Amino acid sequence: MKVIIDEDKCVGAGQCVLSAAEVFDQRDEDGIVVLLDAAPQDAQRAPVEEAAARCPALAIEVLP
Amino acid sequence: MTSTQPTTRSQPTERTCPFNPPEEYRTIREEAPVTPATFPDGAKGWMVTSYEDVRAMLADPRFGSNRRQLRPGDPAPDDAPLPPPSPGMFIMMDAPEHTRFRRMLTGQFTVRRMQKLVPVVEQFVAERLAEMESAEGPVDLVQSYALPIPSLVICELLGVPYEDREDFQRDSAQMLRLDASREEAQQANQAMSRYIGKLAVAKRAHPTDDILSGLAQAGVLTDEELGGVGALLLLAGHETTANMIALGTMCLLNNPDQLAALRAEPELMDNAVEELLRYLTIIQFGLRRTALEDVELGGQRIEAGSVVVAALPAGNRDATHFSGDPETLDVRRPYRPHLAFGHGIHQCIGQQLARVEMKAALSALIERFPTLRLAVPADQVPMRDDMLIYGVHKLPVTW
Repeated sequence: MKVIIDEDKCVGAGQCVLSAAEVFDQRDEDGIVVLLDAAPQDAQRAPVEEAAARCPALAIEVLP
Repeated sequence: MTSTQPTTRSQPTERTCPFNPPEEYRTIREEAPVTPATFPDGAKGWMVTSYEDVRAMLADPRFGSNRRQLRPGDPAPDDAPLPPPSPGMFIMMDAPEHTRFRRMLTGQFTVRRMQKLVPVVEQFVAERLAEMESAEGPVDLVQSYALPIPSLVICELLGVPYEDREDFQRDSAQMLRLDASREEAQQANQAMSRYIGKLAVAKRAHPTDDILSGLAQAGVLTDEELGGVGALLLLAGHETTANMIALGTMCLLNNPDQLAALRAEPELMDNAVEELLRYLTIIQFGLRRTALEDVELGGQRIEAGSVVVAALPAGNRDATHFSGDPETLDVRRPYRPHLAFGHGIHQCIGQQLARVEMKAALSALIERFPTLRLAVPADQVPMRDDMLIYGVHKLPVTW
């Protein structure tokens, strides 16, 4: 699984951090998404997909 | 391909149960999830009621955010051009103007920052509970608990003196009253913006550790913009959460099996907060947008300039998206994303704060008062059918 984020689209809602805190974080200064793990283990699939579905700005892409 | 245009519906406003949106939404969602509609202020346009179509609409930049506010008592002519948003009113702006404001603020409301705020919120909660207990019931839960907690927290975050609450709570209520005229709402907004603007100017000279000082010191916003942004955060920061705490409490009292489950398994509270947000969806008339060009949505062609309403309460009851029976409150329902905070670039900036406050306030309340109950029959609780944000005007409780 590969995760791609688009910082320009991100609106800092924090939904991804709530879903998958091991994969996503937010920058302290502006709340924009930080990708902690661009190739998470399969065990993270469900939370990562939830993060992508919750993101209000459609800034997360999950590739198989 | 577009299908035949459905018949024009009226946006329903009459509830038969205080916890459910008007029943007509269900039929409209099933028959015509994207439908021509008329609205309570006389505007004509389109209404979107299914979960998927609401999401698609709110994520689509072809729907602009500048719009007329719902004012049934004071309808504006359809053909008058939209005035520009007032300074700092970034929820009515599109990218890139909106981005400039949003990015100044998102760092203040991150998950981590809000988690660090938990002890502060819990302290406010404990103080209010102690006061309630010494007062002995019945008390009005809105004035004693639900309103003070988020007001205290947002005042602390912004750097607004809590002693000034009478003024800003009155102005907020004025802006949210459906029967307020455009002028009255505007005056209340201006009064609040001026008040915050003055505070911010003072903080530019003598900064304290809060959001207004940070914004004032950054020096990129005009005094008017500072006032507008601050007023928006102050209003949104206390009215919404206050109503979720009070209405959420009433709803749990009305669903004793769900309340019992929460008392038995307090770890269900995170999920219960999401379920209450979904089930009650207090942005009761939904979110309004304006089509900036012709857009095809859900098989319908929406013309440029149309008013389009995302009916959040309808989308949040959509059985094609939520598991089980979405018309019931189920604190164990498997989580699926909901629309209570909106969707798209304007999704609630304070949602992580709202979650922290709701969890702290509801958990402590049901734990402290195991015999909490309404002090009047449920049908005598004055509901906020007359406000843009739903909830209860008062909630007499005892224990």
